[in-house]
Amino acid sequence: MKSLACHIDANHVRTKPIVRIEAESPTVKTFILRDKQCARAKPGQFLMLWIPGVDEVPLSIMDAKEDGTVAVSVKAVGEATRALHQKRTGETVGVRGPFGNSFVMRGQKILVVGGGTGIAPLMFLTRKLVSNAVSTTFVLGAQTRDELLFKSDLEKLGTKRVRLLTSTEDGSCGLTGLCTEPLEQMLTEEKFDMIYACGPEQMILRVFELAENQRVNVQASLERLMRCAIGLCGSCVIGKYRVCADGPVFTSRQLREVRNEFGLSKRDRYGKRVPLD
Amino acid sequence: MGVDLAGLRLVNPTMLASGILGYSVETLEGVVKAGAGAVVTKSVSAKPRKGYANPTIVQANCGLINAVGLPNPGIEEFAKEIRSAKNALDVPLVISVFGFSTEEYASVARKAVSAGADGVELNVSCPHVKNTGSEIGQNAKILTQVIRKVKACVDKPVIVKLSPNVTSMSDIADAAVRAGANALTVMNTVKAIAIDVETTMPILANRVGGLSGAAVKPIALRHVYDVYDQVDIPIVGCGGIADWRDAVEFLLAGASAVQIGTAIAAEGLNVFKEVTRGIGTYLKKKGLRSVSEIVGLSHRR
Repeated sequence: MKSLACHIDANHVRTKPIVRIEAESPTVKTFILRDKQCARAKPGQFLMLWIPGVDEVPLSIMDAKEDGTVAVSVKAVGEATRALHQKRTGETVGVRGPFGNSFVMRGQKILVVGGGTGIAPLMFLTRKLVSNAVSTTFVLGAQTRDELLFKSDLEKLGTKRVRLLTSTEDGSCGLTGLCTEPLEQMLTEEKFDMIYACGPEQMILRVFELAENQRVNVQASLERLMRCAIGLCGSCVIGKYRVCADGPVFTSRQLREVRNEFGLSKRDRYGKRVPLD
Repeated sequence: MGVDLAGLRLVNPTMLASGILGYSVETLEGVVKAGAGAVVTKSVSAKPRKGYANPTIVQANCGLINAVGLPNPGIEEFAKEIRSAKNALDVPLVISVFGFSTEEYASVARKAVSAGADGVELNVSCPHVKNTGSEIGQNAKILTQVIRKVKACVDKPVIVKLSPNVTSMSDIADAAVRAGANALTVMNTVKAIAIDVETTMPILANRVGGLSGAAVKPIALRHVYDVYDQVDIPIVGCGGIADWRDAVEFLLAGASAVQIGTAIAAEGLNVFKEVTRGIGTYLKKKGLRSVSEIVGLSHRR
């Protein structure tokens, strides 16, 4: 008999104590849980984190280890994430997942572009790239120095393995301006096999446009409102794709197909198409 | 493989169940490309609705429990989507409709049809929103008023989706037929709850929701079987259908078509094509030429 079609093992909620909490910046904390299934996640996948009595939110996986732990890095932005930031080690949260596709690792010369908390899944990816001895350039952007996430972690990977460029909008660290600004020149001077991007969608759109000009392939992780996370409810659709089930990682070819929404609009809680913030 | 469903021509007997995907033309197009013979949209109301906070879905052992809360942009906004869907889709487009009064059901249905809907399916069976859904469909008198009013406003097939959360589905089915329903969808989800032992809390933000998937299939199948004995209008089977064998069981029980929803999560959108292909192979093996030949066949004694 074939397996029960309605049954998705990863979709069961597991309630777990928070093992460890690390402050990454004044507004971002990393929460580490012990969860066998999510510990097997691949870079680019996400999980649904239930803050009991408050909400359940999709979060990119920042790290997953053989010791059975999984880490997510969360900025306090809304009710759910603020409630999560109030939690202490040992308190219980629920987790289901991992969900979605993952970054496909291809090529020997890689450019990674991350802005804000979008750096989290790219951090996970970069650790894998480095362990595969792939030449990696990481362009890291934030509004200000204190919010440049994982800078020291990236530096610890070694400058030989990861060439790191930082940029801040206020100029407090590295280049001044948006992290996409140095890209134009980089892409004309060097030939990259693949660009991985995550961050604010306008940033990703800019990366995509520059890459299109130079005919470099992109894999970008997108974010949308999510409810079911298993491809049923339609809350997260962009064009013909469901971000939860067909994404969250999209290739250049797919991004071209959703050009009339990508970087422009999303669906709100009513299912209505509205401009991106 | 074609079937006639109260005047709707389906190229095959599979339909997208309401509440699944169905916000946008592009996703509906994807479902049609994947092989659905007709699509039913998300349920639409007179005014926009946000739906509930997450968690809105929880995995049970053999199914899913959901309480999404009927989020939708409202019929005025959704009418645009219907208009473009009408042009883009080459299969019947059925709009799922709900309201908080008889008048709302009627006005949403009328607007849906004037925007291009080929039919409407009345959601009188959602188990997790107050003052609509199953609260309408559990009361034969109110249900009769809603169907009559809708029928008076639209000239397209009106399908009524029934709730299993009733004392007697037969009585309700009977009332729906008398009020003028053109077809019945049997059935909506079964009211259910999931509780987490660590936190001692119900998991869904709305606490209770509706169970779908394999867990409810035998229940839905029995309801189809019983309702078939009682009514002369077509029945659409719905509840836990995930492969051709499930679908054939529903056809044998008396369904003229089947709706698929939950199975998409595990099987992907190709489930429509696979179910259709499987039904075709079954018919051939049995030496039959059309789907209609097996509808209700299990009732022979």
